[in-house]
Parts: sequence; C-alpha cells; structure tokens
Amino acid sequence: MKLHPVAPSDPLPNPSSAGGVAARCVGLVKQYEDVVALAGVDLAVRRGECFGLLGPNGAGKTTTVEILEGLTRPDEGIVEVLGTRWGSGSEHALRERLGVQLQETQLGEKLTVEETLRLFASFFARSRPLGEIIATVELEEKRHAWVGKLSGGQKQRLALACALVSDPDLLFLDEPTTGLDPQARLKVWEVVERFRSRGGTVLLTTHYMEEAARLCDRVAIMDHGKILALDRPAALVASLGAEQIVEFRVRPDLSPEVMTGLVGVSSVVRTEGTWKLSVRRIGEALPALLAEIERQEVVLESLATHQATLEDVFVSMTGRALRDE
Amino acid sequence: MSRPPIPRPHPLVELTRARLLEFLREPEAVFWVFIFPVLLAVALGIAFRTKPVEKLRVAVVRTDPAVERLAALLTGTADLTVSVVASAEATRALRSGKVDVVVEGSPEKDRRPLSVTYRYDATRPEGRAARLAVDDALQRALGRPDRLDSREERVAQPGNRYIDFLIPGLIGLNLMGSGMWGLGFAVVQARTRKLLKRFAATPMRRSHYLLSFMFSRLVGLVLEVVVVVGFGWLLFGVEVRGSILDLVMISLLGSLTFAGIGLLVAARPRTVEGVSGWMNLVQLPMWLVSGTFFSYERFPVAAHRFIRALPLTALNDALRSVINDGAPLVASWQAIAVMAVWGAVSFALALRLFRWQ
Repeated sequence: MKLHPVAPSDPLPNPSSAGGVAARCVGLVKQYEDVVALAGVDLAVRRGECFGLLGPNGAGKTTTVEILEGLTRPDEGIVEVLGTRWGSGSEHALRERLGVQLQETQLGEKLTVEETLRLFASFFARSRPLGEIIATVELEEKRHAWVGKLSGGQKQRLALACALVSDPDLLFLDEPTTGLDPQARLKVWEVVERFRSRGGTVLLTTHYMEEAARLCDRVAIMDHGKILALDRPAALVASLGAEQIVEFRVRPDLSPEVMTGLVGVSSVVRTEGTWKLSVRRIGEALPALLAEIERQEVVLESLATHQATLEDVFVSMTGRALRDE
Repeated sequence: MSRPPIPRPHPLVELTRARLLEFLREPEAVFWVFIFPVLLAVALGIAFRTKPVEKLRVAVVRTDPAVERLAALLTGTADLTVSVVASAEATRALRSGKVDVVVEGSPEKDRRPLSVTYRYDATRPEGRAARLAVDDALQRALGRPDRLDSREERVAQPGNRYIDFLIPGLIGLNLMGSGMWGLGFAVVQARTRKLLKRFAATPMRRSHYLLSFMFSRLVGLVLEVVVVVGFGWLLFGVEVRGSILDLVMISLLGSLTFAGIGLLVAARPRTVEGVSGWMNLVQLPMWLVSGTFFSYERFPVAAHRFIRALPLTALNDALRSVINDGAPLVASWQAIAVMAVWGAVSFALALRLFRWQ
C-alpha cells in the first residue's frame, strides 16, 4: 500500500539522474518544542506533474512545503529542489525559478493589484508581462483596485499571480482554496490548470479531497507528520477495495461483529454512531444490510451511499475524518 | 517556456515606491507626521508668544498728604502702574501678587528728609525689578544727578524667542517620531501578516528591503521639514539663518539615523504591541532630555556628556546651529559624528538580527 518513491535509506541520486524530479526530500524530521511536526517524510515530485499533500490540519503539510521552499530548516533529512540543495550557496538562483504562495500571507491592503504585481515582478530577473499575468488570474477589472477591497477569492488569485509573475518552473501552493466558496475555488483551480498546461510543476497542500482528486496526478496522504500512502488518486481509492461507501445510523446501536460478516462488505468504520461500510458490490450488500437491520429489530435513522473518494481512504486509514468540522 | 524580456524595474525603486504609496494612503499616518507637529507648534507658539512689556505695579500706602507727593512723583514714570491704597490692603495685594512692591513713606519732620520703606518679595524677579525702578524714579525726581550718560535699546527680534528655539526641536522630534513609528509599525505589521516571509521566499535581496525603508524616509523627510520650517517662517517669522543646503544635509542624516534605529527596534518583535513598548522605551528619554522643548543645559553638567551622545540631542543641536546660529556644517561635526555612528551601527545590527518570519 505504501508506495515510497525512494526508500528512506536511499541516498539522493546525483543531479544528472535527477532529471525527472523537480523536488524531493528524504527522511525529513522537524520538531517544534514538544510537538513533532514531521516524523520522517520522503517524497519526490516529478517534473510536469501536480503533486498533492492531502491531510488534516496539523498533519505536517505546511512544514513539509516550507522546508522545500527553503523557509524552514529541517532537523534531519535531505532536501533537493530543481537539482539544488538549500544552503549550497545558490539559493538566489533557485528562488528565481520558484513560485510560492503561503498559507496566510496578507498582501499590503493599500496597494493596487497592479502595484503589488509590479513589486513582486521587480524581485525576479525575468518576469511575465503584468497584463498577461492579470489576465491569467482574471483580475482585469480589478487591476487598479486596492488589495483591501478585493474578495477572498480575488485576493487568493492575486496571491497566485504573485507566485506566477516570474513564470516559475515549480509552483508551491499551500492550501490555495481554504476558506473560499465553491465558485471561487473553481477559478483558482482553473489558474493552476493553466499553469500546468504551460508545462509547470506544482506541489500543493490541501484538506479538500475534491481538490486533490481534480488537480493532482499523485497524492500523498499525510497524518501526524508521516506519509500514510502515496499514489494516483484513482489508485488510492481503488486500494480501498470498494466502489461504494454506505453510511447509516441505527437506534439502538449495533455491535461491530454483526457488520463485518455481511456479504460484499470489505471494511467497517464506526465514528460517533455513524457506520461506514466499504462495499464492493452494492447490489448484494445493501439488501443484506437492510435484512440484518430488520433481523436485529433496530430502527434505521438514516442511510446514504456514495462513490468511494479520497476522504474514505483517509477515514479507513486513520479512523478520523479529513476535516474536523 | 519562452520568456519575452521586458524592462525590469529595480527592486529598490519598487519597494520604496510601494512603501511611500502605502504611507500616503494611510490618513492617520499623514496626520501624525504632517499635521500634528504643526498643531503642536501653533499651540506652543501661542502659549509662549512674545508679550508686550508688562508694567510693574506699585502700591503706595496712604498715610498722610506727604505720601500723595510720592505717588505723584512716580506716576510720570514709564513702565510703572501706581495705586494709592490703605496699609492692610497693600499687604494683601503684595501677598497675592497683585502688586510687585509696596512703598511706605514717613513724612518730613524736623528738617529730616523724606524716608521710605520698600516691601517686596525678593524671590520674585518682578519684586526686585519694581523695587529698583521705584527707587531709581524717586531718587531722580528728588534731584539725584546721573553720573553716566546711558541710552537704552530694547531687543525683541526673531532669533531669540522661544518659538525660534522650539521650531528646530520640533523638526528633530518629528524626524525621530516618523522615522521610528513609521518604520517600526510597517515592519512589524508586514511580519505579522506573513508578508516578510513571503518576500523571503523570493529572490529579493534582504538589504534592499531594509534600504527601501531608509529611502522612503528621505522622501517623507523633505515634506516634513518643509512643512515645519515653512510654517514657522510664515506664522512666526522663524528664519533659517544658515544655508538651506546644510539644513537639508542635517535633516537627511538625522532621518537616516532614526530610520536605522527604527529598523533595529522593529527587527525582532512579532506584534505591534510589542514594538510599541520598545519604541516608547527608546524615545521617551530623548523626548525629555534632548532639548526639544527646553534646553538640556538645565540638567546637571555631569549629565551633559551623556545627553549629547543621544541621537536626538545631536540632531537638535545641529539643527539649531544651522537654523538659529547660521553656523556652517563643520561647526556641528561632533553632532554629525554621533548621528552617523548611531545610524550605521543600528542599520548593521538590524540587518543581522532581522526576523523574517
């Protein structure tokens, strides 16, 4: 199930053989006072792909990304970005090729969209024309508006524009759509897809499984500073051994052994009174479940089924939901 | 990916421009930097304006007709206001400061000349002045010849009034305040908003970021100095006696010095509250001792050497030397050296200690 691109003991390959890898890290460990943020993280982002780190808050996603961005130093581990290691003396040249969007940056509110972009563009040796970048993030109408007057989604697209203004080879996005409404989220996704269509590589973190499923070629599921699984989204879902998830509640509650024996059920999770059955053949499993409920003489309070998702993968691995809302 | 080359704006220019735009779009900041010092100067200028010469007040105690003669002798004298009152009332008036001196005369008797007693409070300058003026007027009126031919010239011209002392001090104080508050808040705010971290993720040179604050201060300083100097000149006739160029140079140096100190104070704090405390701690002593509102000569001589080593004292001294004394720049070399050292050391330390996230 765990598909590590490199085994933890694997030494970093020399730069010539790293042609297909945009960023990689081996054995990352990071501790903040008494909290272990990362407990040995290995991953490799291939050139041209969109790689997602999926996990709940506090899983270590941001720490991993900020280490790759050269903003945080790991306690242990090796990091290589675009064939360069942080601290090797060529950070400046490396930063020219990176686009970064941080989770909580608030851009100056009293500058306009264009002024903000011009400022960021001036930091880089080469940059895309401002008009072009503003068009990419669909902020033409807000070009001369103050940043403070933008909506959440517009601010986020401006942050993306600041990351894209240098036409980077590798783009880091840390929770690019957290707190946005679905429509604003869609617009951000479109910007990321446009960047990818130009050949760019993306590493993003998210706790939205839809986001990971839509944007990412490969996803690493993280929890408690570790990568639990790493694969294509479809492969991760397939690894559940289920096509459908059946959720239901009954009163009074049932004992777990009753459910595990049911025909067509591959796994059972129960959280706070809600049962989640991973089901391979819904046509057989559902009648069997209903018959069992009748036989046990309990009352069915609710029942729903859905196509298995990355969320279900996370739940089956940790017994917890991705978002504690 | 093809990248069409476009003319690249210099990061230092762009950072400075952004900083200035943000400042000018903040109404409160503009008020504190430009309007507040003018209001302060107006208030103090009015409070300490040059008043017309006040007359000294003399009370002559009513005893007998001979005394009426004394009052008559004094009435013709300029600068004296004479009243004739009863003894008890004179005592009361003296005690409450309504009169400066009480004259009590004894009448002529047995060919002995008129004699008088002056009653006044010797700790009050007005009391002593009134006693001298009254005595002088009486002696002259009774025939004392003047041995020395004396003339008087009364002086009340721009250059030695309180407002002349105050205006350079206000410029100095203003340069300190806007340098420190302006930079300190902007830097710490950028830190709390993770903007510094975001900048650190770009190839931006860190020294460019800090230097942009220094440069933005240079533009601000021109406005600040022009506002206060122009205002002092228009309303109170405060002149710049030295060269304008010297004034510009000193203001420039002072401004850079406090920009450096401001950056140093803002190098570490994570919150605006935190930096405010440090700003106050650094500035308050200089508000008090650096001779903005009153001369530091009033402090014990032993303290002067330390007071003069403070950057605000150096700036105020240099500004007064140019504005009030019209002295050339070299006359202020010590003050200039003090400022240069403070500025350079602070900036270098700030660059080393600066917390980017």
